[in-house]
Amino acid sequence: MRNVWLIAGKEFRSYLTSPMAYIVTFIFLVLSGVFFVLYLTLGNYNDTSIRGFVDPLAVFGVPAPGNVLLLVFGIVLTMRTMAEEKKLGTWELLLTSPVRDVEIVTGKYLGSMGIMLGMLVLTLYYPLLIIGYGDPDIGPIWTSYLGLLLLGSTVVSVGIFGSSLTSNQIIAAVVSGAILFGLWLFGWIAGNAPSAIQKVLSYLSISSHFAGFEIGVIDTRDIIYFLSMTVLFLYLSVRSIESSRWS
Amino acid sequence: MIRVQNLTKYYGERLAVDNISFEVSKGQIVGLLGPNAAGKTTTMRILTGYLMPTRGDAYIADCNMTTDSLEGRRHIGYMPESIPLYTDMKVRDYLTFFARLRGLDAERTRKRIDDVVEICHLEEYIDVIVGKLSKGFRQRVGIAQSIIHDPEVLILDEPTVGIDPIQVAQTRNLIKELGKEHTVLVSTHILPEVSIICERVIIIHRGKIVAEDNIENLSAILRGSRRIKVEVRGPADKIADALRRVPGVKRVAREGNYYIVESPAEVDPRSKITETVVKNGWNLLSAETIEMSLEEIFLQLTTNHEETEE
Repeated sequence: MRNVWLIAGKEFRSYLTSPMAYIVTFIFLVLSGVFFVLYLTLGNYNDTSIRGFVDPLAVFGVPAPGNVLLLVFGIVLTMRTMAEEKKLGTWELLLTSPVRDVEIVTGKYLGSMGIMLGMLVLTLYYPLLIIGYGDPDIGPIWTSYLGLLLLGSTVVSVGIFGSSLTSNQIIAAVVSGAILFGLWLFGWIAGNAPSAIQKVLSYLSISSHFAGFEIGVIDTRDIIYFLSMTVLFLYLSVRSIESSRWS
Repeated sequence: MIRVQNLTKYYGERLAVDNISFEVSKGQIVGLLGPNAAGKTTTMRILTGYLMPTRGDAYIADCNMTTDSLEGRRHIGYMPESIPLYTDMKVRDYLTFFARLRGLDAERTRKRIDDVVEICHLEEYIDVIVGKLSKGFRQRVGIAQSIIHDPEVLILDEPTVGIDPIQVAQTRNLIKELGKEHTVLVSTHILPEVSIICERVIIIHRGKIVAEDNIENLSAILRGSRRIKVEVRGPADKIADALRRVPGVKRVAREGNYYIVESPAEVDPRSKITETVVKNGWNLLSAETIEMSLEEIFLQLTTNHEETEE
């Protein structure tokens, strides 16, 4: 565990010393704010909720619950975690230090989750605004944040997996993006699929598991889904590092 | 301390290391000499646990680097050829990170940083961002990183490439100094470097060990013949004839005012040559031994090698 925290701490600090995390957080907050306001104004303030921020595409009536901004910026944030070290060559030092591969991956995950958490904390002024000036239902706000945190965790995990595959950050981002958008859109496709496949697709989809959190429902199956996705892609990252030693 | 047994590594179809075996005992400084793409880096990467071998075994301090890599890695300090650094960190933070990662506690880390900063002469740069350092200093930080946890085995991949001559000399002295307390495996493609730093040399070419011996023996083997380049002004034919008659001389070739005189390795005909030239009243402008270049050595070794194989 000591090594995990060492790597997590180093990862977190290196986010803070590079401009990337600030740029990503800044754009994320600006766009989140735009969607937050759009949802309220387009709906004539009938629904005073943070829905526009939690599910930006709902503003356009797209029936795919999830946060596209978190997906995109989460990928941009995490694409460097391993790819950059491979480019710098420090990867070789890390992998020849007496540290387990799983400790490296977990450390990188926790460090990145620190930033993800920071990004979400900075959005807390949306609910605070709503609470100050309106009369929102508090329940969905709590569950939405839980959902965003779980989604963020999955995004970070997939992002790290993409980064573990290559030394090219762009390729890492494209791979993670393909996986995440694929998982996300399964739910959309599921609506038009034959019923047998529909079940499988919607079980695998991010959106069908995110929907509950948006409306204030906490289902353990949804929590388990996001946690197991996180663990699955962290595990695949470890395997990817392992297999790189044998290549 | 380091033991390699029948080590083979394929990258896909390409054979990088071909069934090599060697040993480095405790306290030795051994050079791994070879041209680019000879398999030096691959061998080192297997020894450090970065890569797994296709066949064969590598041992560090009796730990098999395939099955017991984590334990083996505790015993090594490694500086890869590219001198990898976190360019956005201060030297102190960089060293601290790797010291802690290799199991040192906070107090020991502080103490070791003071030590290695002194050993590598980094005192003035300890709080400078790594990315702002020049190549020579980066290389010192790289070495500092490799010795921060006081490992028993040091593996240095081409430690003197790309730095200026004064720094090269300093680095060589540093490695020699480190060799007093550590077991060192250092790779290079510069022949004189090996003779300066190492007690023993392993020459590797196309993934195979083509020669392995201590420096003196190897020089003798390599120097099947000695060549001296003499510059003389005077009647060319007569000079060439006279040089050919000097005892011990096997062959003389002429290039303008220069004469390449070849003799067996054990004979040094330079004084006889000088005598002859002066006696005839010609002008001797220079006389020097021609060192065999690495390319020639490889040519010689690899052709010999192939002959013995057949």
